Amino acid sequence: MVPIHWYLTLSAAVFMIGMFGFLTRRNIIIMFMSVELMLNAVNISLVTFSHYLQDLRGHILVFFIITVAAAEAAIGLAIIIALFRNKQTAHVDEMNEMKG
Amino acid sequence: MLQKLFFGYYAFTIIILSLLVVTRKNPVHSVMWMLLLFFHIAGLYLFLNAEFIAAIQVIVYAGAILVLFLFVVLLLNLREELSLRQIAGSWPAAAFIVAALFVAVTAALGAYVQGPLGIYSIEAVRSETHTKALGRLMYTEYLFPFEIASLVLLVAVVGAVVLAKRKLRS
Repeated sequence: MVPIHWYLTLSAAVFMIGMFGFLTRRNIIIMFMSVELMLNAVNISLVTFSHYLQDLRGHILVFFIITVAAAEAAIGLAIIIALFRNKQTAHVDEMNEMKG
Repeated sequence: MLQKLFFGYYAFTIIILSLLVVTRKNPVHSVMWMLLLFFHIAGLYLFLNAEFIAAIQVIVYAGAILVLFLFVVLLLNLREELSLRQIAGSWPAAAFIVAALFVAVTAALGAYVQGPLGIYSIEAVRSETHTKALGRLMYTEYLFPFEIASLVLLVAVVGAVVLAKRKLRS
């Protein structure tokens, strides 16, 4: 039996890599893919807990997370297309109208 | 032993692939590595006795979401983007923050105490099949969240059409 800590460490590592990508990459599509990576890391840990606690609730939660991720991908990519149509770029450093 | 070896292969490949996803210059290459990554994660789910989740990981993530990403990457003309600076200048600071968070999370794992076991042992799920057990739970106890999920998808469909459409000329 593989110890549960191994899975949770893997999940934490994937989450951190996704976070690193989100913080450092300047291409908005890759930043978006980093968010998907973080969602997948959380899914791994939920399925792990579900398996080790012999319960199916984690699987239900994963199902809903995948649903929300699909909705998020559709909306987010629509926003990216609208942005690209206005700015002709997917580089976030060019998008500074709000002076944030 | 064989199980640990199997897990080791998956863990190593998943970490290498996710590093490749966040570091490739060309978004198309990132999407392709991510496809391979999702298949490996589906393999990990199979390893954890979650067949239905593995199936929807392949169908929804690899089949739908990534194809959507690929469409958008191909629709946008990113040729001149590739010559721009792709990684923020302050990436060592981000790496430090992320490493510190990783250490904090893994240090907290030592305090993990296993809670009481549920009724869905491997034998119970095997006698009923995973999809059936999950479906029964979803359509009885989690019916209301399931309906909300359908509403979320409806909002996403309408919102995506409204956002991606050109301005209305009245």
